[in-house]
Amino acid sequence: MMEVCNCIEPQWPADELLMKYQYISDFFIAVAYFSIPLELIYFVKKSAVFPYRWVLVQFGAFIVLCGATHLINLWTFTTNSRTVALVMTTAKVLTAVVSCATALMLVHIIPDLLSVKTRELFLKNKAAELDREMGLIRTQEETGRHVRMLTHEIRSTLDRHTILKTTLVELGRTLALEECALWMPTRTGLELQLSYTLRQQHPVEYTVPIQLPVINQVFGTSRAVKISPNSPVARLRPVSGKYLLGEVVAVRVPLLHLSNFQINDWPELSTKRYALMVLMLPSDSARQWHVHELELVEVVADQVAVALSHAAILEESMRARDLLMEQNVALDIARREAETAIRARNDFLAVMNHEMRTPMHAIIALSSLLQETELTPEQRLMVETVLKSSSLLATLMNDVLDLSRLEDGSLQLELGTFNLHTLFREVLNLIKPIAVVKKLPITLNLAPDLPEFVVGDEKRLMQIILNIVGNAVKFSKQGSISVTALVTKSDNRAPPDFFVVPTGSHFYLRVKVKDLGAGINPQDIPKLFTKFAQTQSLATRSSGGSGLGLAISKRFVNLMEGNIWIESEGVGKGCTAIFDVKLGISNESKQSGIPKVPANPQHVNFAGLKVLVMDENGVSRMVTKGLLVHLGCEVATVSSSEECLRVVSHEHRVVFMDVCTPGVENYQIALRIHEKFTKRHQRPLLVALTGNTDKSTKERCMSFGLDGVLLKPVSLDNMRNVLSDLLEHRVLYEAM
Amino acid sequence: MDTLVSQLQRQFRDYTISLYHQGFLDDQFTELKKLQDECSPDFVAEVVSLFFEDCEKLIGNMARALDQTGNVDFSLVGSSVHQLKGSSSSVGAKRVKGLCVTFKECCDSQNFEGCVRCLQQVDIEYKSLKAKLQDLFSLEQQIVQAGGRIPQVDI
Repeated sequence: MMEVCNCIEPQWPADELLMKYQYISDFFIAVAYFSIPLELIYFVKKSAVFPYRWVLVQFGAFIVLCGATHLINLWTFTTNSRTVALVMTTAKVLTAVVSCATALMLVHIIPDLLSVKTRELFLKNKAAELDREMGLIRTQEETGRHVRMLTHEIRSTLDRHTILKTTLVELGRTLALEECALWMPTRTGLELQLSYTLRQQHPVEYTVPIQLPVINQVFGTSRAVKISPNSPVARLRPVSGKYLLGEVVAVRVPLLHLSNFQINDWPELSTKRYALMVLMLPSDSARQWHVHELELVEVVADQVAVALSHAAILEESMRARDLLMEQNVALDIARREAETAIRARNDFLAVMNHEMRTPMHAIIALSSLLQETELTPEQRLMVETVLKSSSLLATLMNDVLDLSRLEDGSLQLELGTFNLHTLFREVLNLIKPIAVVKKLPITLNLAPDLPEFVVGDEKRLMQIILNIVGNAVKFSKQGSISVTALVTKSDNRAPPDFFVVPTGSHFYLRVKVKDLGAGINPQDIPKLFTKFAQTQSLATRSSGGSGLGLAISKRFVNLMEGNIWIESEGVGKGCTAIFDVKLGISNESKQSGIPKVPANPQHVNFAGLKVLVMDENGVSRMVTKGLLVHLGCEVATVSSSEECLRVVSHEHRVVFMDVCTPGVENYQIALRIHEKFTKRHQRPLLVALTGNTDKSTKERCMSFGLDGVLLKPVSLDNMRNVLSDLLEHRVLYEAM
Repeated sequence: MDTLVSQLQRQFRDYTISLYHQGFLDDQFTELKKLQDECSPDFVAEVVSLFFEDCEKLIGNMARALDQTGNVDFSLVGSSVHQLKGSSSSVGAKRVKGLCVTFKECCDSQNFEGCVRCLQQVDIEYKSLKAKLQDLFSLEQQIVQAGGRIPQVDI
């Protein structure tokens, strides 16, 4: 503090210089003291934040007063008047008060101010930390972006090479790598081959064995592993004048699909195969691998693996598809060829059928005729041989043609009613001569419940029985042959894949032919029914035959919804041939061999019979139509003769025309219809409906070519009888 | 106990028999009934209504023709009568048919009064037949509505 000068009467002359200096210093101090608060006020006004204004005011007051004191000191160098002393005292007192107050205040204030400072420091640190973190996040985001972009690039293509190339390029760019390389396992899986590099073009065939420790280390983990720049997988760059090789990182890329790397001979297929990706930082750059960069590399490696597997799968499916298409094309061609072949064969057969049979017929017929003439014994023998041979040939041809038709499925059974008992006897009569010669007795047993008259294909059934019995005779040297025919029931023994169910008007005929002849090796039984295969020794080969017999018989039996099989206990123990066929039971007791559809004496149903009714009278037209519709006919009506002529066609079987109205015109139409249909079978039958009963009408109708006359009104029964008679006999003049 | 259905059925039977006995219908009507089945359930009704329309038309023609006093076209009348005879015989309208026969003779002999008389009779006759058949059909409907079946009537 300043020194209060207690000199009341200062003497100028002695210390005048000193006084002057004091005077000046005091002045300047005062000025400084006054200006400091001004500055404070100015700056505080400028900053609106400072919270301690009151303190400042106090401080300001304190300083001002100090300054005032010093200012007042200026007057103390001269004589102090009373006023000056008073002012001085007042000022000093005030100063004392204020300074004490300020001192007390400051005790509270200064710690706060200090803490403000610490907080400021703290905040600054925090800000710095945030900045750092921001930087990190940004980098991570960048990395993420890079990964996304990389992934996008990689996954945007399904071509393996593009994927790998893009990976390397993008990684190289993102991470600013010096070199980036991909090692793929070879076909054998024993080595890694350098497949792709970033900088070096056309990598040479450079392989390293797969069992290196460094490689195992990398393959052992899914993380990116830092490896030594001197390891064989990393020695890719020309090492020239580089002091510090950049750090190298390797990561495994799982190959999830094996399609491209066919390991056919590899004894143990390891489930996971890997490729190796090696990344090298630029040399002489002192750069280090950061954690986020490693993570980026790992992520990329995974994505590449996925993309590669997709590409592989796609390749596989494309290949499969191409293969299928090729196969389809080949199949199509094969099918067309087969069809052409079948067509050609059918054409051939059709032609041959006719062409071959004609000369055969000629030969057989003429030979037969020749037999009837006068011949010498030698000539007779020759003719008989010719006849026998040509019959055999004819049979052979028939067999072949039948079989081919059977196989096509184009053969249809010709159903008819015939006598079953007679059929068996006929067969036996045919076989008897040969059997007698070979001294083989044949017996026939017909079951008592065997129907006499049945419906079926007589010719083919005879063929089957003849074939079976003939075989029995052919292959037997001794013993007897028994033929049994019975109606089979469902509990009889039958091959497991056949189920016999007698239905309504049908029954299953079972025929068993047992012989004690050569027998058949059970192993050969399945082959029996195949074409052209004969189980034979040389001895039996002479028995002739084409080997088609059983095959054809089997086909016929199948057509008749039946089954045929052979049982034998072995060679030399004879065999039994059994077959079942489905036949219909006939109601008739007719003994005709003419195939005829079972006809009832009366057609009750004229379903779909097309008729035309011509009548001018609407009511009677309607009634006639109703009558015919009730009987099931398809009725067309016309109301005039002109219309009738227009409408009538060969589809109409009968035309009913009303001839009641007087006049000859109605009969004219009959003539016109006759003119229209020149062929008799096309012309519909003409029936006149009339109300007249006299003979002249009848005669007139006949003269105009009508087939019948009916008296109106016609009853239902009448119409029915008339129609059926008409259709059967094509003429009717009785319904009067 | 006599249910409504059996009452109606008896009524129907009696009425039908009476129609036959009174000569309104003959066997041809029976034949028509035979033609009615599931395929054509309203066959008889259709034919009968067609017949009555026909009657009306033909009678109208004949009336007009006979109105031309002094210039009657007997051949036209004759052909109409012929038509009517054919129609009536087709449906079994016995009385109408009988009248047509008489009518035809009058036409042939060009008997004007006879024709007029016949025409009147035919007119009355067909109308009464129409009424009777309508009664019969309504009886049928009643039976069906009551849930019964229309009985087969053997004459």
